[in-house]
Amino acid sequence: MIGEVGHFALALAFAFSALLAVIPLIGVARSHGGQMAIARPLTYGMFFFTLISFIALVWGFLVNDFSIAYVANNSNTALPAIYRFTAVWGSHEGSFLLWMLVQASWAAALAVFSKRLPLVFAARVLAVMGMIGVGFYLFMLLTSNPFERTIPLIPVDGRDLNPLLQDPGMIIHPPLLYMGYVGMSVAFAFAIAALLGGRLDSAWARWSRPWTIAAWVFLTLGIMVGSWWAYYELGWGGWWFWDPVENASFLPWLAGTALMHSLAVTEKRGTFKSWTVLLAISAFSLSLLGTFLVRSGVLVSVHAFASDPTRGMFLLGFLGVVIAGSLLLYAIRAAKVQSHSRYDLFSREVLLLGNNLLLVTATMVVLVGTLLPLVHQQLGLGNISIGEPFFNEVFMWLTIPFAILLGFGPLTRWKRQKIAELRSSLLLAIALAVGLGFALPWIFADVVSGLAVLGLILAFWIVFTTAAELRLRVASREHKWPALVKLGRSHWGMVLGHLGFAVMIIGIAVVQNYEVERTVRMSAGDTATVGNYQFHFRSMEDRQGPNFTSESATFVISREDGREVDTVVSEKRFYTVARQIQTQTALQVNPFRDLYIALGEELDDGSWAVRIHIKPFVRWIWAGAILMSIGGIFSISDKRYRLRRKNEKRARKQAAAEAL
Amino acid sequence: MNPRRKKRLIMTSSILVGAAFATGLVLYALSQNIDLFYTPTEIVEGKGDAEIKPEVGQRLRVGGLVVPGSVRREGSGLTVSFNLIDVGPAEITVEYEGILPDLFREGQGIVAQGILTDANRIAASEVLAKHDEEYMPPALAEALKGIQHVPPSQQNNSSDYNQGYNQGYNNNEAAEESSGGGYDR
Repeated sequence: MIGEVGHFALALAFAFSALLAVIPLIGVARSHGGQMAIARPLTYGMFFFTLISFIALVWGFLVNDFSIAYVANNSNTALPAIYRFTAVWGSHEGSFLLWMLVQASWAAALAVFSKRLPLVFAARVLAVMGMIGVGFYLFMLLTSNPFERTIPLIPVDGRDLNPLLQDPGMIIHPPLLYMGYVGMSVAFAFAIAALLGGRLDSAWARWSRPWTIAAWVFLTLGIMVGSWWAYYELGWGGWWFWDPVENASFLPWLAGTALMHSLAVTEKRGTFKSWTVLLAISAFSLSLLGTFLVRSGVLVSVHAFASDPTRGMFLLGFLGVVIAGSLLLYAIRAAKVQSHSRYDLFSREVLLLGNNLLLVTATMVVLVGTLLPLVHQQLGLGNISIGEPFFNEVFMWLTIPFAILLGFGPLTRWKRQKIAELRSSLLLAIALAVGLGFALPWIFADVVSGLAVLGLILAFWIVFTTAAELRLRVASREHKWPALVKLGRSHWGMVLGHLGFAVMIIGIAVVQNYEVERTVRMSAGDTATVGNYQFHFRSMEDRQGPNFTSESATFVISREDGREVDTVVSEKRFYTVARQIQTQTALQVNPFRDLYIALGEELDDGSWAVRIHIKPFVRWIWAGAILMSIGGIFSISDKRYRLRRKNEKRARKQAAAEAL
Repeated sequence: MNPRRKKRLIMTSSILVGAAFATGLVLYALSQNIDLFYTPTEIVEGKGDAEIKPEVGQRLRVGGLVVPGSVRREGSGLTVSFNLIDVGPAEITVEYEGILPDLFREGQGIVAQGILTDANRIAASEVLAKHDEEYMPPALAEALKGIQHVPPSQQNNSSDYNQGYNQGYNNNEAAEESSGGGYDR
């Protein structure tokens, strides 16, 4: 029963989205207030039935209803309850249902929080959300129904969830990532609505900005959790592999970052308008492209899931319609939203333009690196692969000008800036950055690595120019500290975001140049020395988990002088139903370095292949991402987005009072 | 030239120079980092109509099925070698020092990246097996067209290929039975 309820609710959600895509636009064309206003209830309906459908699938998992094929393939009675819940998004159909739930939630949130927008505009935005919904609901109903039955051969027990996904990281990674991916559809809907209406001004940018930043925050956190999860779960000790699926999430992030900065110019200066619209279209198109790449299996990837060509064709068709449709609209309407404003060569506008060009270049590079193997193959030139070194090299070269411009940006005024005014601050920042960049590796490391020095200089340059900017803002004030607090959340958001980037650069520069990796053959009782640490393999035990058996190795870590650091356990698990082996790494963590032990395979004589890493500052990479996200949250909570609402409430109350 | 035009000229030309640099950088990095994909048969007999064989010393990727019974460890170190096959009869040997991925099994499709050291020998720097056990690299699936690929989850119905698989993976016989009974098919 529950399966049919879920399936039916999904079909109803589709019907609501189809109505939502059409009626409000008819209302706009006829200036019919009622037809426009119906957009909100339709959105709530779409959300409600998607939620019902999602709950139905969750229920199916919780009660082990193996008559639903998807449940039978991805769950098992021995699976712990929490993973039975997360197994809902453990494979294709369910993760798409989660995707739809997220999409409908964004639309519902838009409907709730768009009450202060003009009705015509809100109707258009929600209608665009409805159109996107139509595409995805159709996709689900036609190619990926999660409620398909196994009748009449109902299995006694399920095949279990992929062991890699039985992990806390997996509970939050996909929802966060989808919030980000799908959130880009909101920015897209705003852009399309603006093109439809031919109105694109500072007010539009102010409406669309918090939504874009919110989506960006989710995307940032989602990618960060994914990187952290891959780091400890795959047992390879890497935090980013330039794998097509990772790239698929990185592409909309890069475009979204560019969009966020371009929106700032549109809001504050009323310029870069058509560029902003183009970025919004690109960011969402890249989200869709990513979905296509991941779900169609056209690319060789360590993430690639068993896939189905009809799904790929559908998504490709949908992607084509979205890109062609929105670019056509753009071509027809962009002239209307053009902006003319003047600014000097050395001004914040030009620096942000530089930021955008670099981010777009980076997007192109990732796109080329991801798609070239596919194009090459389709042209009949044979299969190729493009490795990590390509991306690493190009990104290193792109980061240098990016970080340098980032230092100048916040210090520089809109329109025009005399460089002489900044000369002393800039020189001080350069001197400090270069000094610290050389001094720190020289003091703390055995070898001074050129690339690490470069990374540190760039990071400190960002830190000190950010500090100089804060000093400049309060220079004329008498009471410095209260003035700092009064700067506004949006300002602090920017500061935190930029510092987060600096922290991330430090992490990457240090871990890439100072990490130590050794693979050793060890039996119980052996001791291996790696870096400044000794790893003593104390014992090996068999353990029994709920749905796995495990061989657990206990390691005692001590320093060279014999002082003991910690005792950790590294496991090799065998998931009995899924019949997969999985490594559970042992981590000993402090803010400045990770000690990482992964068990390899057991060798003939009972000894084990063991991989030991020392990863200095690796946590800083994720800390940087978290700092950036906090920055984003600060920006969204800025007064200017809230005050307006309060004012309007007051105005509405007044109007109501007057009417009485 | 009036100042506005001059400004535009500076902006446009610096963007062009930047774009040229970026393109050059990308092309250079690409030329250094593109690896061709071969199957074992293509390495032995040549690729395409022209039958181009890779040269010794070339960096490449190879994908194939691990020949059951061919996995050998040497001495006390961590060097391992195994054979790869696709449509047969050509086999190549892959040598690798380090830890094989969790999903590496005999009979399973894998991809190795490395350098061709001999006509049919590869020193691998990286061995990849896929997250999803039913997954096979498209390039390999293409090459194997016509050969039946049996997903491990359905390999309870015994076949010759399957037996090799079970032998190679002998520490799980008990588990095998339990999962065989778990499905009511």
